Amino acid sequence: MSVLEVDGLVKHFPIHGGLLQRRVGEVKAVDGVSFAIARGETLGLVGESGCGKSTVGKTILKLIEPTAGRIVLGGEDITALKPGAMWQHRRRIQTIFQDPYSSMNPRLAAGTIVGEPLENFGIARGRERDERVAALFQRVGLRADAMRKFAHEFSGGQRQRLGIAKALSVGPDVIVADEPVSALDVSVQAQVLNLLIDLQEERGLAYLFISHDLAVMRHISHRIAVMYLGRIVELAPKRALFARPLHPYTEALLAAATAPDPRRARRKKAIVQGDVPSPAKPPPGCHFHTRCPYAVADCKVTSPPLREVAPGHHVACHLR
Amino acid sequence: MSAILEVRDLATQFDTLDGVVRAVDGVSFDLARGETLGIVGESGCGKSVTALSILRLIPPETGRICGGSIRFAGEELTTLPEEAMKRLRGHRISMIFQEPMTSLNPVLTVGTQIAENVVRHTGASKKAARERACEMLDLVRIADPRRRLDEYPHQLSGGMRQRVMIAMALSCDPQVLIADEPTTALDVTIQAQILDLMVDLKEKTGTAIVLITHDLGVIAETAQRVVVMYAGRKVEEAPVEALFDDPQHPYTRGLMRAIPRLDVDVEEGGRRPRLQEIPGLVPRLTQPIVGCAFAPRCELATGRCRATAPPVVDIGGGHTVACWETVR
Repeated sequence: MSVLEVDGLVKHFPIHGGLLQRRVGEVKAVDGVSFAIARGETLGLVGESGCGKSTVGKTILKLIEPTAGRIVLGGEDITALKPGAMWQHRRRIQTIFQDPYSSMNPRLAAGTIVGEPLENFGIARGRERDERVAALFQRVGLRADAMRKFAHEFSGGQRQRLGIAKALSVGPDVIVADEPVSALDVSVQAQVLNLLIDLQEERGLAYLFISHDLAVMRHISHRIAVMYLGRIVELAPKRALFARPLHPYTEALLAAATAPDPRRARRKKAIVQGDVPSPAKPPPGCHFHTRCPYAVADCKVTSPPLREVAPGHHVACHLR
Repeated sequence: MSAILEVRDLATQFDTLDGVVRAVDGVSFDLARGETLGIVGESGCGKSVTALSILRLIPPETGRICGGSIRFAGEELTTLPEEAMKRLRGHRISMIFQEPMTSLNPVLTVGTQIAENVVRHTGASKKAARERACEMLDLVRIADPRRRLDEYPHQLSGGMRQRVMIAMALSCDPQVLIADEPTTALDVTIQAQILDLMVDLKEKTGTAIVLITHDLGVIAETAQRVVVMYAGRKVEEAPVEALFDDPQHPYTRGLMRAIPRLDVDVEEGGRRPRLQEIPGLVPRLTQPIVGCAFAPRCELATGRCRATAPPVVDIGGGHTVACWETVR
């Protein structure tokens, strides 16, 4: 059973303009996104800047209100919950950011940062809280004396461990991880990815893993959703996606990625030209048709629905 | 083939509140005419400071080149007067950086900025320089170049801005182009376009490139030879195939095993394998490093590694490595 279900999620941001700052349009950051994540599963959400992947994450966390659609967390519809009512549910869904530093109070000791949610949610206080914090520190690979340090005293990788400890402290079922290793050097990135996988296997966590990095995605995900201008264009089990990408955009992304192998690398990489169009003015029909080498007349007019073309393999393309 | 750029025992230091940082600590390499040399390493390894040192762009208030030599076409750069250096930069040696927006002037049109560089270095007329700018935009495959000349940087996308930077850098036919993380800020599909462009342009113009990046994929894609840096030192240098086929230094090997692979199916019986970690952290550069800088993180390290820094040894085929244990 899914711990998180997202159905027809839409988030539009208004654009204001003119002398009176009237609403002149909207950015369709997320434009009808649906998926589900099971316990112990990682769903990777991949796409380039402006595709809406981070907005999906923030909307699910209810850090911003969805325009339409449904978010069901552990069987309960949380879409319309006001902040007060949502608060109780935050124990079950937590987040890890790219830069954990920006989400940490620089004046609090690391132990307090991790222990605070335990108190806020009435999970543990006093000595018990301290013991739990110490166990969390140990679990994420931070030394016990790090509890007295401040966030700025940690290296990037250690801060990310601290961010993970904080997210884990309240015992969530779902973690939304938005580019959690993008700012880290590869040797440290490997440490954090290993930790995330171990924790998932230990605790049955479900991850929504948001990243632009296909190699990281291939490593950590079970299934992958590819987003382009607010929509999922392909959603498939990892192996199927890499073996047989069906959407021309997925194909372009895979061709564009660099490989650490000089013999494979020396080839033309760019199979699509031009830039991603502005999400404020996405092209009609299939959003990708302006860059698609295979586009036909229909692509410019009708938006292709996401269809299941093989077991678990969904694609939104008229040609498949 | 003679080298256009020869760097010998380069040492660059910065003064910080925590003490003197030895950002580059005795690095040597050659750049042959027309070749692409990659310099790869993680944050703080000194790769960008090496580039800034070659260009003599180390801020004098906080840092200095305190040892070694940099010879460009036979001329010593470390002692060259600033005026002569200014004539060199953007002309015979030019550079592109990660974030083009910080290098472009936001209040001047793209055409003006490229033409300005051409006028300054070649003494061309304004009209001829503008023609040259147009030609350069066309060369970097910007569609409708004549119209783009009159646009401002903010009107361009990130990929376009990087194309403009490349156009500007190549406008005076430099012999050396230093590219510091030129595609790191770009999306994958745009990065692919820029890498394709750089490979094509190098064939067309014969400019030698020093490509600085943390990304082994980008290195594999573009470089002919690679220098691997760690904690301000060169630990390995090799032709690109040799480096990826047969990495010698434990740090290079560690890096290659630590990266998740996109090009190979790594799953073993449906389970996600563990990535090989390099334990520990890079050393602080405020303390002089005794012995091999990588020794505290190295599984092969012995007493000798911790006591004496290994020399750079040639193991044949242009492959050099600084390690006591892998080279015996």
